[in-house]
Amino acid sequence: MRTRFQQQMEDLRDRLLRMGGLAEQAVERACQAYTERDLTRCQLVLENESLINAAEREIDEMAFDVLATQQPAAVDLRFILAVTKINADLERVGDQAVNIAERVMDMIELPSVELPVDIARMAAAASAMVRRALESFVEGKADLAQAVLEMDHVVDRMRDEAFIVLARKMNEEPQVTQQALDALLVARNIERVADHATNIAEDVIFWVLGADVRHHAHAASANPRPDRSQP
Amino acid sequence: MGVGIKVEHLNAFYGKTQALFDVNIVVQANHATALIGPSGCGKSTFIRCLNRMHETIPEARVDGTVRIGDLSVYNGTSATQLRRRVGMVFQKPNPFPTMSIYDNVAAGLKLNGFTKRKQLDEVVEKSLHASALWDEVKDSLHKKSGASLSGGQQQRLCIARALAVQPEVLLMDEPCSALDPISTGKIEELIFQLKEQYTIVIVTHNMQQAARVAEFTGFFLLGKMIEFDKTEKIFTKPSDKRTEDYITGRFG
Repeated sequence: MRTRFQQQMEDLRDRLLRMGGLAEQAVERACQAYTERDLTRCQLVLENESLINAAEREIDEMAFDVLATQQPAAVDLRFILAVTKINADLERVGDQAVNIAERVMDMIELPSVELPVDIARMAAAASAMVRRALESFVEGKADLAQAVLEMDHVVDRMRDEAFIVLARKMNEEPQVTQQALDALLVARNIERVADHATNIAEDVIFWVLGADVRHHAHAASANPRPDRSQP
Repeated sequence: MGVGIKVEHLNAFYGKTQALFDVNIVVQANHATALIGPSGCGKSTFIRCLNRMHETIPEARVDGTVRIGDLSVYNGTSATQLRRRVGMVFQKPNPFPTMSIYDNVAAGLKLNGFTKRKQLDEVVEKSLHASALWDEVKDSLHKKSGASLSGGQQQRLCIARALAVQPEVLLMDEPCSALDPISTGKIEELIFQLKEQYTIVIVTHNMQQAARVAEFTGFFLLGKMIEFDKTEKIFTKPSDKRTEDYITGRFG
């Protein structure tokens, strides 16, 4: 048993999970800031971005070291490739949270208006996708990851509906165009968060099953391997 | 040119101890095939069954069929006839210590009755070129003995000696295990080039070496061939859990 190697893999996994927690929290805070028009939460999101960025660099360095020194193979190699890709996606989730927070900071300056779009519901769905994608990573379970993939189109549809109703609102009430446009951009940011969660889930499937399910390829076409709970 | 190897239901024994159990494998011509597995798994026994070296050990025996090209190894082919077509390189370089570099390479040919100087000169030069040693020894072919070379050079000399009789198959039993990384790199580069003309089967303890040089890899465990597949499949997504556990260092 390669004890040091296994420890490095454990460390990598733990560090990625901590980063996942930060990214997930950033999205939730930004979306709460939207519904509550809360400047303080926006600032917290902006402040915490540097933590996420630092974590991204640290995880990349750790993965780079393991690749250079341990020559991992098979499931271990797939794990490390998945970690580096999930790492990049989590950092982008953090960026989307920052985009939302900046949009909210603009909105707070404007008069509050009632908009026909349920951003909170959309945010809850996208956050749940990030959370479940990370759970599938923790558990090493491809079926959990597969469930995340199936949620993506729900969020896509919410985004499409938001675009339609907000475009109509802008036509009908041009005086709220700025607020409607902000909401529309927030909806787009949330949909992007869901896309990143989808990527994470695809990477988990790649790690666990060795199957490439990106771009609608199907996991069933790959030779399935048993799920694993440890890297 | 290299020829393919087909092994069916191969069992090998040392007295009452069975070392190989029903091994079946098809080795593609002009490719490098690596055999990996923990010590004592039977990979060296297997490779030694391909050129009938296994039977040189007292009480060792083999059953099953091995075909190398059109030769049936255990049915009507003499060991001498076979070994002219199947060269072997061992773990420790073993040049003939008292012979010059030239004579080391020419030894096999001379044993087979070749005596014409010009013909021998040509084969020695060609073989030393093929083993990537020519440039380093061309000025001391007759002056230096094989044993005076460095370990890496000695191993390439042994490869040249094996190539001189123009085999179709080259068996390599851990050919780099006694060499430093630079010499290992040269031998690996050589394997890569040689497989255009020869079929290579290499036993190695170094899994990265298998991954670097071989198109196909077989994993042995406790005398059985557990998995045989394209190297890239073995090292990224093996089908058998035991293969995965071995190559990821979970045992062995």
